[in-house]
Amino acid sequence: MPLVKNGRITTDLFVHVADGAELPGDGAVFIPAARFLEDPEPILKRAGKTGVIWPNNRAVDDLVPYLGRLAAVALVFPTFRDGRAYSQARLLRERHGYDGELRATGQVLRDQFVFMSRAGFDAFEVKKDADADAFAETMKRYSVFYQPTGDGRVTALNRRMQLRHSESAGQ
Amino acid sequence: MYAYDELDRTLINERVSEFRDQVKRRLSGELTEDEFKILRLQNGVYLQLHAYMFRVAIPYGTLSSKQLRRLAHIARRYDRGYGHFTTRQNIQFNWIKLAELPDALAELAEVGIHAMQTSGNNMRNVTSDQWAGVAPGEVEDPRIWSEILRQHTTLHPEFSFLPRKFKIAITASEHDRAAIKIHDIGLRLHKNADGETGFEVLVGGGLGRTPFIAKTIKPFVHGRDILSYVEAILRVYNQYGRRDNIYKARIKILVHELGIEKFAREVDEEWRQMGHSALTLDHSAIEEVRSRFSYPPYEKLPHMPDELKEAAHDPLFERWRKNSVAPHKVQGYSIVTLSLKPVGGPPGDASADQMDALADLADRYSFGEIRVGHEQNLALPHVAKRDLPQLWKALDRLGLATPNVNLVTDIIACPGLDYCSLANARSIPIAQELTRRFANHDTADMIGRLHINISGCINACGHHHVGHIGILGVEKNGEEFYQITIGGRADENAQMGVLIGPAVPYAEVADVIEDIVEAYLALRDRPEELFVDTVKRLGVEPFKERVYATR
Repeated sequence: MPLVKNGRITTDLFVHVADGAELPGDGAVFIPAARFLEDPEPILKRAGKTGVIWPNNRAVDDLVPYLGRLAAVALVFPTFRDGRAYSQARLLRERHGYDGELRATGQVLRDQFVFMSRAGFDAFEVKKDADADAFAETMKRYSVFYQPTGDGRVTALNRRMQLRHSESAGQ
Repeated sequence: MYAYDELDRTLINERVSEFRDQVKRRLSGELTEDEFKILRLQNGVYLQLHAYMFRVAIPYGTLSSKQLRRLAHIARRYDRGYGHFTTRQNIQFNWIKLAELPDALAELAEVGIHAMQTSGNNMRNVTSDQWAGVAPGEVEDPRIWSEILRQHTTLHPEFSFLPRKFKIAITASEHDRAAIKIHDIGLRLHKNADGETGFEVLVGGGLGRTPFIAKTIKPFVHGRDILSYVEAILRVYNQYGRRDNIYKARIKILVHELGIEKFAREVDEEWRQMGHSALTLDHSAIEEVRSRFSYPPYEKLPHMPDELKEAAHDPLFERWRKNSVAPHKVQGYSIVTLSLKPVGGPPGDASADQMDALADLADRYSFGEIRVGHEQNLALPHVAKRDLPQLWKALDRLGLATPNVNLVTDIIACPGLDYCSLANARSIPIAQELTRRFANHDTADMIGRLHINISGCINACGHHHVGHIGILGVEKNGEEFYQITIGGRADENAQMGVLIGPAVPYAEVADVIEDIVEAYLALRDRPEELFVDTVKRLGVEPFKERVYATR
């Protein structure tokens, strides 16, 4: 499954460590939320980077105390119909100021890329190769956005207000 | 009318391109039907019994004549020459071909029409009073706020994959024509003691198999905060709404299971944490949207022009005028409702020829504007009273002057088993038969206001729960049966109807409705007492007795 990060297909440096599996001594790892919360300190003190896979039915509040020490958070789309992780992503980015990697996992298709990016995701485990290949092109699908989110894109309303301002300044 | 600017136009064109790509990927097999289903539903495309059905949004029920002509063109070019107006200010085409859909959408986009979020588990077309901006006594034009919400809910990055569909309706009049109490969020525009504009926010209304009347969650939310408050509600719903069972996934179930007080606390806490956000609308932001609504250059006209006095001698004209013409906020003008419920016709259908002709009449008599109401009728919102006689003649020729607005034959019905893959029973033939039974206008007039609503299954697209008389199709041992409720209503006093007894077979429905109406005529204490008020006063028993005594 290709990983798209910073707009490009890249090698995934993170190793997914399953619940019962042994934790490698170094290297970047993704740990399931329950295992991480059980005893976070030894994991965070390892030599490698720590990522946590956070389920979409648990409030992100429990993860907030550790955000500053995490390199990555993976949120889950069990099917692309299930949109809970969009709210989690926005809360992590916009309310809790999380600025590490925010990865979308599960059933990730090109048709969600723009929504996901707007919600704060910057890494995507894409289900189909063709969708991963089309990432850059798909991200250009939209140039107009009605809602303000934490992604920094200028909303339609702000563009209109700027236009109005420059028009009245020119008179 | 709201005028799209370059940004609005760009966005809908971008959506058309995206959908074109999605259709292409489906046709090439790159997308599975399961994947494509969700994507097509985001854009109003259902797979029905015979073909794809295509639902186009008419945001808050406003259309220009140019847009209506384009809808007529779509009906002719891509469908079978007609369209069906729904209870949520949409129009449906029933025979569309998947491969042609992107082109149809591109043609609609040219006139600022789209099908975004007319189905699927997202925020649906924002609906409002079809008399918005012209009704006397309105607090403020609710279309400004409807448009603000339309933009905000369109392609929302957080709420496009909700547990279930989500419908918002707005009213600004004392008499609620937008049925806000049966919506996921109902907004009643009003002013606080300081004269500031805001909303009573209601939440958790809806019909379907578990009907609820919406409850007030906040009596006043300031206009500047309405987007953040709505967003707080949506965020709580997106996270906690049930996803294990589609029949329990609407926000009404979450509100019911938590209780309105606890749900309100959750929303308030979320809202508090959002704090002053980019969603707060300052005065200039609201004015920016308001500035793109244009109002007709009304003339100064007499209250009672000579043309109207003269036409009053024609009893047929008078009958139509009394039934279909309503007061306008500007002197000398009227709001004219056009019944899409001719005797023997399917409720809410209009042919391409009717649409074209009506667009011409709108240009001549209504500043080029047409409205669509949830009762599946149309309206011309700015008709000079002096033009009423001529307009009536023209409408009559088009079959759009049936004087039955709000009467027993002004039936709301879903497409039912004739089109819909979910239906258990037919709706349209029941409606057609009832319009024949009550075809005599004098009888219908004497009966007075009486809303009959028909749904072909428990999903309740015909809003049967809130019909004065509700008819629900069910299936029993492979046969069509119908449950009858009475006493429901969808207005500011919204309530669910009460079942009068066992379901009756298809062939008996019209007889039963006649019995109920006859019972009402015998029971009402004066001619002015409406059917629904007689039911309220006496309960269902006398009606039940009448219907089942001989069955």
